[in-house]
Amino acid sequence: MIFTIAGRELRSLFLSPLAWAILAVVQFILAYLFLSQIDAYLAVQPRLAAIEGAPGVADLIIAPLFADAAILLLLITPLISMRVLSEERRNRTLSLLFSAPVSMTEVILGKYLGLLAFFLILLLLLALMPLSLLAGTDLDLGKLAAGLLGLMLLLAAFSAIGLFMSALTEQPTIAAISTFGLLLLLWIIDWAGSSGNQASGLFAYLSMLRHYEALLKGLFNSTDVLYYLLVTSLFLGLSIRRLDADRLQH
Amino acid sequence: MQKEVLVHVEHLYRYYGQTLAVEDVGFELAKGEVLGFLGPNGAGKSTTMQVITGNLAPTTGQISIHGIDLLDSPKRAKHEIGYLPEQPPVYRELTVDEYLRYCARLRRIRRGHISKVMATARERCGLEDVSHRLIGNLSKGYRQRVGIAQAILHTPAVVVLDEPTVGLDPIQIREIRALIRELGKEHGIILSTHILPEVQATCNRVQIIHQGKLVFADSIAGLEQRMNATSLIAGFRGTPEMADLQQVPGVSRAEAVSDGRVRLHFADTDPSEALIEQAVARHWRLHELSPERRTLEQIFIDLTCSEDTAAAGMEAAR
Repeated sequence: MIFTIAGRELRSLFLSPLAWAILAVVQFILAYLFLSQIDAYLAVQPRLAAIEGAPGVADLIIAPLFADAAILLLLITPLISMRVLSEERRNRTLSLLFSAPVSMTEVILGKYLGLLAFFLILLLLLALMPLSLLAGTDLDLGKLAAGLLGLMLLLAAFSAIGLFMSALTEQPTIAAISTFGLLLLLWIIDWAGSSGNQASGLFAYLSMLRHYEALLKGLFNSTDVLYYLLVTSLFLGLSIRRLDADRLQH
Repeated sequence: MQKEVLVHVEHLYRYYGQTLAVEDVGFELAKGEVLGFLGPNGAGKSTTMQVITGNLAPTTGQISIHGIDLLDSPKRAKHEIGYLPEQPPVYRELTVDEYLRYCARLRRIRRGHISKVMATARERCGLEDVSHRLIGNLSKGYRQRVGIAQAILHTPAVVVLDEPTVGLDPIQIREIRALIRELGKEHGIILSTHILPEVQATCNRVQIIHQGKLVFADSIAGLEQRMNATSLIAGFRGTPEMADLQQVPGVSRAEAVSDGRVRLHFADTDPSEALIEQAVARHWRLHELSPERRTLEQIFIDLTCSEDTAAAGMEAAR
């Protein structure tokens, strides 16, 4: 049942030009960044060769690429997630799901999986770029895997937040704006943390950026993974509650 | 043989904030019945239907579908429901076939069965010709039919249709009405509308809801009884005295209408025969005599236009 809903979600995404446009634009920008990253690497390569234990391709090309990709995805997640529930509400198609023998949990999980499947496709396309380096050089596959995992976890959290915002409103644009606002806030919240007062530890922990940076360095820390899983399940839970409340009071 | 009860609703209340939308509504629907839900705009028809189909939770009250409590085990109960809301819940970017297949999966119809079920629904709703077209490109009437197809796809025990004939052309309306009557043989159907003749054409029971309360509930036969004539219109070429007309056995009151026609009210016995005899004997030159029937419209207006009559209507319905 969850997969039926997820399948339709993904299908509808690709039936609109939006998904294709986003895939194309993201791929284009990232390819440009990737190539300029390689250029920079080639410029410093002779000097690096002289240094013992110098940073490799994974540190100098892949890590910056993935860091940029995260910012880019922060910008586009709201565009993909905004219509997931708000459009159903606006077109009055939600009643089809409400009167079918499916629970709200299944609806939310189905929608969420649909979103995740889209981002998985995007991620696969992105992963092809660093993998192409394998043709010419050795690659630290462990670091690449950690980076991909980080990006996937990040996207999982982004989509859960986007889904929740979409569940709140009837207007896709409002969902997009509020998703963007919340994501950006969670991204930059540790700027306040660096001022060095009491709450800084908490702010730094809340920041999505901090947890992501660790994974980019190839550090697999269960705290970071747990952080993303917590954010994801929190917002999925809230979405289920919100959809349930639709039937209760207006 | 005992009737198989498909829908049982008891003491249903629904508030929207402070506004009471549905107040103490209770009714039953048996297999083979087509129940017409009538009411002016904002009377609570759609709210009641949304509550029955699990789209809205009732504030208080009991609903059971085919013996399964909707609030306790919603998933099982919803298997037995097909619902067409006011706006058909269709995805414009899908084709008719894709949409119906998705609905079939949502209703947990087994994979092997899906194409058979879809073919039946397509045929019943006349969708064969448009099955590969995008729903967004279809006319409103066809979209409505897709909505109906979706509601009957899984052959549910109860089909709830909220104003199913809105936006259809007269031929389509006739087809849909025929479809509803046919479906009514094996399912229980609840139908809301504010087109009164539609109720007479398709339903075998009527409920009128007004300001959230049921003010009238009866079978069509009972309704016909209420619609029976209580007055006659008679046209005379001669000019009989009103007093003479009042003397005719059975006539309780006579009033002049226009151009020599007279309305004769009566209570129990139809005075037609007596009137004709008198007219012949006294040379009133009777040339027109027709019973005046109350239309459903009049009953509807009587019930919904004033509080007092509404209460009286409820008494009569009991």
